[in-house]
Amino acid sequence: MEHKIKDHSNAAARFLKDEERATWHDETLWFVRSKRDKAAQQLPEWESLREMASGIKAHTLSHLDKYLLAFEAKAKANGVHVHWATDAEEHNRIVYSILAKHKAKNVVKSKSMLTEECGLNHHLESQGISVVDTDLGEYIVQLRKEQPSHIVLPAIHLKKEDVSNTFHECLQTEKNNFDPAYLTNSARIVLREKFLEADAAITGVNFAVAETGSIVICTNEGNADLGVHSAPLHIACMGIEKLIPKAKHLGIFLRLLARSATGQPITSYSSHFRRPRKGQEMHIVLVDNGRTQQLGRKDFKDSLKCIRCGACLNTCPVYRRSGGHSYHNSVAGPIGAILAPNLDMRKNADLPFASTLCGSCTNVCPVKINIHEQLWSWRQILMKEWYGSPAKKASMKAMAFVLSRPRMYKLSGKIGRKIMQWLPGLVNNRLNPWHKNREMPQAPRQSFNEWYEKNKR
Amino acid sequence: MKVALFIPCYIDQFFPKVAIATLQVLEKVGCEVFYPVNQTCCGQPMANAGYASLANSCNKNFIQNFYGFDYIVSPSGSCVAHVKEHLHYKPREKEAAIMRNNVYELTEFLTDVVKVVNVGAYFPHKVGLHTSCHGQRMLGLSSMSERVGPSFSKPEQLLNEVKGLQLMRPARVDECCGFGGTFCVTEEAVSVRMGQDRIRDHAANEVEYITGGDVSCLMHLEGILKRQKSRIKVVHIAEILNTKWSIK
Amino acid sequence: MISSREKILKAIRGCELENKHLPSLNFGECKQEDLLAKFSQTLAAIGGRCRKVGGVEQIDAYIQEAGSKYPCIINAVSELRGFNIIDFVNADARTLASTAIFIVRGSVAIAENGAIWVTEKNIGNRSLPFLCQHLIIVVTEEDLVVDMHDAYEKNAIDIDGYGVFIAGPSKTADIEQSLVIGAHGPLSLEVFIIESSSNKP
Repeated sequence: MEHKIKDHSNAAARFLKDEERATWHDETLWFVRSKRDKAAQQLPEWESLREMASGIKAHTLSHLDKYLLAFEAKAKANGVHVHWATDAEEHNRIVYSILAKHKAKNVVKSKSMLTEECGLNHHLESQGISVVDTDLGEYIVQLRKEQPSHIVLPAIHLKKEDVSNTFHECLQTEKNNFDPAYLTNSARIVLREKFLEADAAITGVNFAVAETGSIVICTNEGNADLGVHSAPLHIACMGIEKLIPKAKHLGIFLRLLARSATGQPITSYSSHFRRPRKGQEMHIVLVDNGRTQQLGRKDFKDSLKCIRCGACLNTCPVYRRSGGHSYHNSVAGPIGAILAPNLDMRKNADLPFASTLCGSCTNVCPVKINIHEQLWSWRQILMKEWYGSPAKKASMKAMAFVLSRPRMYKLSGKIGRKIMQWLPGLVNNRLNPWHKNREMPQAPRQSFNEWYEKNKR
Repeated sequence: MKVALFIPCYIDQFFPKVAIATLQVLEKVGCEVFYPVNQTCCGQPMANAGYASLANSCNKNFIQNFYGFDYIVSPSGSCVAHVKEHLHYKPREKEAAIMRNNVYELTEFLTDVVKVVNVGAYFPHKVGLHTSCHGQRMLGLSSMSERVGPSFSKPEQLLNEVKGLQLMRPARVDECCGFGGTFCVTEEAVSVRMGQDRIRDHAANEVEYITGGDVSCLMHLEGILKRQKSRIKVVHIAEILNTKWSIK
Repeated sequence: MISSREKILKAIRGCELENKHLPSLNFGECKQEDLLAKFSQTLAAIGGRCRKVGGVEQIDAYIQEAGSKYPCIINAVSELRGFNIIDFVNADARTLASTAIFIVRGSVAIAENGAIWVTEKNIGNRSLPFLCQHLIIVVTEEDLVVDMHDAYEKNAIDIDGYGVFIAGPSKTADIEQSLVIGAHGPLSLEVFIIESSSNKP
């Protein structure tokens, strides 16, 4: 079967059709960014924190093998089982085999972009294991059989009416009760029971500390802790780029993370797991899934510094006006657009073009990833690898041909302007995407060059 | 001070008045201005579309036209940023390196090199400044709302000295207008929506003009304004700076 | 067959990575400020409540009064009346799910973000700070520090199997970004700070 190549531009146009909702989406995420600005402004040392965080990540990535081995040794000494997975499939297989060994049937899972990336839920469900996403936003999209549209705010594409309808259908809540407090409490009651009956808890990892072999998980809802502390089995899934060398480095990252994400000074819970509790088994799955490949790409390895705060999504004027689903990738927005082509160039060739290269992402990023420059570099690679259309390449070639020949440039400019004056219909028509919602500039009689030759020479 | 005037291709063809204003402002502040007549394009349209590899001959032509001047000045932050970051040509790499260093956007040239405070302009209107991203974030023409540090703006600094001009700040002080080169056609829906939102923000301040340092952004905004039959007009900052005291 | 572990390590080593040095850490001058006032203000902003008390008796009185409203109180602070965590250390989550109030000792409180370090040694049972409906944390004024960096200097996180920074009650804004206090964890957080001049718990 031939898959239609997904296209950000068309998906974005569909998203923008519902003007009111698109406005709401833009304004709500802009509000989150404004809260972030306020939080950052309160720390005069903000820029130096970013610099240190970026440097620590760069250092760790440049010695990743060493730090992974140190982490593994410490974790094992702490009584934790450590697994290594080269790709999504192996990751899913490992998680399943641990669950199967424990005869676990009911699993609660807190937020993990990695398990989204690997499609873990689908894999486990196909083997008869029930997985409940316990982060409220993720729970909502799971009930709706959708993907999260944002890495920190998974249900930001939905309105309370949507949530109310979904909860009414799935949890039998009152019809047309749109009160967020009521809806949240309804989910709390249902999920409490899920936590208590769970055979296993799966979590993501925000930071892994090589020095201590411990992992840190940040939530506001307390869902990761509720799951892990209730269940007899804890499986933590992490990308290999989550490592940092020392515990004291957490001070820097935890100061940056929540402020960048939501403008909070810190998440409600920053939980440090070092050893399983008495009677509990703890596993950590270290996952590559393309990360070592990205690490080998000189221009893109810094994308692995990402701490998944979502600030680049909130600030991106394109993301805010196109919604997370238009990126057709587990991680949306500018950071998603530089991670996704690494996994599949053909499928994600459109994403680096879903940007005006305004550079806001780079400057909001708490670990100083040069996101917009990487978007630019991906464009070069993708076009070189022939993921652009032949028509585009031909037109670019023609353009380059004319623009590098002064006489031809002057002549075609003159002809072009004359055509626009005499036959405006040739450019002002529906085949010209510019003209759909914008007027064309009026072509002047003479170019500057012509004016200069006449008046100044 | 030998200054070469770099007029980006689309300004040359569609907005000669901006180029003329730039030339005259530079002369007004005492520069000796040269216009290399065989200049064409810096190659940005190809590069941003992923075809930097095709821009080689544009780079060669650029170096041929502009090498040897003390400064290269242009009324476009975006094109200047492109030259600064991407002007390379293997046989003349040394020259390219020098040129990457002495290419300036008009307002930064006026404030940082000429160090002019007041250009003696008069523009009795309510004006909103559109802060173009490439000038701001790549050339550092003004501080950014994302960063923590002292706030400044080279274009605002000049506009604040213009007699009669009432400068209005939009609520989102430095959001992108959505032009983005080929983005404006490949992502037409988002591009237009971004432009409409910028205009709404300025319209809330009841401005008569939207100005800026990049003709590309202004062309995009003007296209939308005209389609909306809005009374707001666009004007390049060089045109404002080129007005004279005596005009009443 | 080569293991996945070896494959991953080999792939990393094949990347020809330039050695980047660990940056030296510099957090600037230590700010001299009224830590208690700052902590209390920050905590209030994130949905918690802070009370300064002269001694443990005031906390005892508060708990006694709460006890008339809430039957199930678990107290893990040995200096307080009603210390009873010993009965619950090995209890399962279902048994603990009806806990109305849990009282625990915090070891470091951070002025810049309102977070308090609570460690396994003091919790007794890891589930309790999350399963209880209302959480009370007791700290002394000497436990206040300026920021996260100070907190990590003061904390040896490698001593216990588990520890957590708790900053306010549990919360969510996943529905239309409207803040709801009380997501999965506690619905409220009360912090008692015992003045330095008085008896420490």
